[in-house]
Amino acid sequence: MAYTAKIKVTLRQSILDVQGKAVEHALLNLGYGSVGSARIGKYIEVSINEDDALAAERICNEICLKLLSNPVMENYSFELEKA
Amino acid sequence: MADITIGVVVFPGSNCDHDTMHAVASFEGVKPVMLWHGSHDLQGAKAIILPGGFSYGDYLRAGSIARFSPIMQEVVDAAGKGLPVLGICNGFQVLLESGLLEGALSRNRDKKFLCRDTFIRPVNCNTMFTALYGEDEVLSIPIAHGEGNYFAPPEVIESLEEHDQVVFRYTDREGQISDEANPNGSVGNIAGIMNRRGNVLGLMPHPERASEKLLGSEDGRRLFASLFRQL
Repeated sequence: MAYTAKIKVTLRQSILDVQGKAVEHALLNLGYGSVGSARIGKYIEVSINEDDALAAERICNEICLKLLSNPVMENYSFELEKA
Repeated sequence: MADITIGVVVFPGSNCDHDTMHAVASFEGVKPVMLWHGSHDLQGAKAIILPGGFSYGDYLRAGSIARFSPIMQEVVDAAGKGLPVLGICNGFQVLLESGLLEGALSRNRDKKFLCRDTFIRPVNCNTMFTALYGEDEVLSIPIAHGEGNYFAPPEVIESLEEHDQVVFRYTDREGQISDEANPNGSVGNIAGIMNRRGNVLGLMPHPERASEKLLGSEDGRRLFASLFRQL
């Protein structure tokens, strides 16, 4: 059994997201006046060969904290799906 | 007396390694050697320099993958035992990712990659990296980065300030620390910090690019000279 981890990494709200700001301005310029704000993050898919969902979840948390996100300025969340 | 070995780490994507080798080689009594990222051998280096560039293509985040390279395991261990480590630009990013320094660097405030001269002041000259500077001096040293916006939570900043770990700040030509003189949005105009112990320094400006008259400034030389004379 394998799992696919669908991981989202986003900048913390307190961190200025300059890419998001640029997109936000572009959307407003396109006439979408109801657009409030845009934030840009990363989407990462990782396959994990574990039989046990808890083991897959533990690995996923570990890799998010160790490499995939920088806890100083980013948050992460993920969903595990059976592959 | 044999020359003192200075290790310059080469990651795939480093692009200031040769400039740094060149700058180091211009000092008497030291011999720079390149340390390949895949090696575990520090070659007896008495100080380590992590140069600028785009290690591992800056994929994921600047410095995030380089920190796990074999040579960095040795650098982190040796830094823990007091070996001097200097991280310039991407090297600073690697030091933050590896936990040798606190905080993080995010995208520049105005979105642009900035490649130009900046003015900085060594606000703490009681360090092994800045002993030959004066705190009122204004140095002209270039920056070249897209992600140099230094950030740390307020309690970390407070602790850095309290322990005099802020070593360089961006200023204007007169040495005034102001928002206009802040090129990238860094908290408190911070351009460089060190660890509590004082043997690890990271900074965004490139002293190796300001180490000979021909390049327009020699203001970076005394950073290397300060370090080398202690070894």
